[in-house]
Amino acid sequence: MTAGSPSWSFTPEDFSAMTASLKRFLSETNSICALLVDRSGQLVTTVGDSAGIDTTTFATLTAADYSANDQLAKLVGEKDFASLFHQGEKSIYVADVARRWILVVIFDSRTTVGLVRLRMKAELDELTLLVDRVFSRGRNGAAPAERLLAGADDEIDKLFNN
Amino acid sequence: MINYASREINCKIVYYGPGLGGKTTNLEHIYGKVKPETRGKLISLATETERTLFFDFLPVDLGTIRGFKTRFHLYTVPGQVYYNASRKLILKNVDGIVFVGDSQGGRMEANLESMQNLYDNMSEYGYDLTKMPFVIQYNKRDLPNAAPVSELQESLNPGWEVEDATKFHVAPDPYHAGENLVEQLPGGEWVERAPYFEAVAIKGDGVFDTLKAVSKLVLKALA
Repeated sequence: MTAGSPSWSFTPEDFSAMTASLKRFLSETNSICALLVDRSGQLVTTVGDSAGIDTTTFATLTAADYSANDQLAKLVGEKDFASLFHQGEKSIYVADVARRWILVVIFDSRTTVGLVRLRMKAELDELTLLVDRVFSRGRNGAAPAERLLAGADDEIDKLFNN
Repeated sequence: MINYASREINCKIVYYGPGLGGKTTNLEHIYGKVKPETRGKLISLATETERTLFFDFLPVDLGTIRGFKTRFHLYTVPGQVYYNASRKLILKNVDGIVFVGDSQGGRMEANLESMQNLYDNMSEYGYDLTKMPFVIQYNKRDLPNAAPVSELQESLNPGWEVEDATKFHVAPDPYHAGENLVEQLPGGEWVERAPYFEAVAIKGDGVFDTLKAVSKLVLKALA
């Protein structure tokens, strides 16, 4: 049993790689924006035009939505629902990335769900490689997350003494 | 989660406890008191009668450390027993837990049931509550039928056995003079208890003390 959920981190290089990949995907599918969210509901990154969207809240609700649907899948005997689709004037396509992250794509009538779905497979493969890179680093015990606050006890105390 | 690109440390804190214990009230008070520029929207997925159905959510920034913005995502769970499926979902990838107990004498059974449910749900995820940031808040201290804190401590925070010999030394409770978080019992056994706070969440008493304590433990777990 672990002490709690493992912390993880990603570097500016990881960040550049995922944004480049997502930008290409947006351009290929003519979608409005894409959000990458971790399973706990924290926003990893957003690419495209997210103006007018409260991305923090969006990320939280997406993770909750996805988790709830995951459980619904199990109740009907499915392992999981690999993707979700919410249809409207603006539509949302949600897909699992290696059971670590969730990719959310927002699009409108300038494209089609078929095209988004078609290009999604290759995008998910690319992101899965990135997820593996980020999390394998953590498993080796060399995660920068472990070092960032090392020896910062005094600074932490000070932060909460105000 | 640490984001080196945006220089943010994101942490998830869950307020757990029996129904009508004051979990949502804690978040509402925090929402009302922190500067608007340091918090996001308070989202409530609730029933028409304002009972939490899925969760409440409030993001708050608590300051900067080592040049990184510390962003805490605060969640509550639905307290009512039959919402366990959604309650368990919210615990996924949690970094710190606040158990909000209801001090009223008649709610002891509900408190105990919820505490047991918390341990069970955490262990189903493979998390050990005794080894992670965890604080207890005894809410509704202003009510005439509030049980004595000693009674609540005995039932809800009796302590767990310390197995790590390097922790076999008395650790005073920084929040209560004369009390200890780690101590040796007369029988020789070493026990550790979770830090606790008394609160009247509806007036805001104890709300920030609880939040600061759990946030500090979460950051120290990274240090």
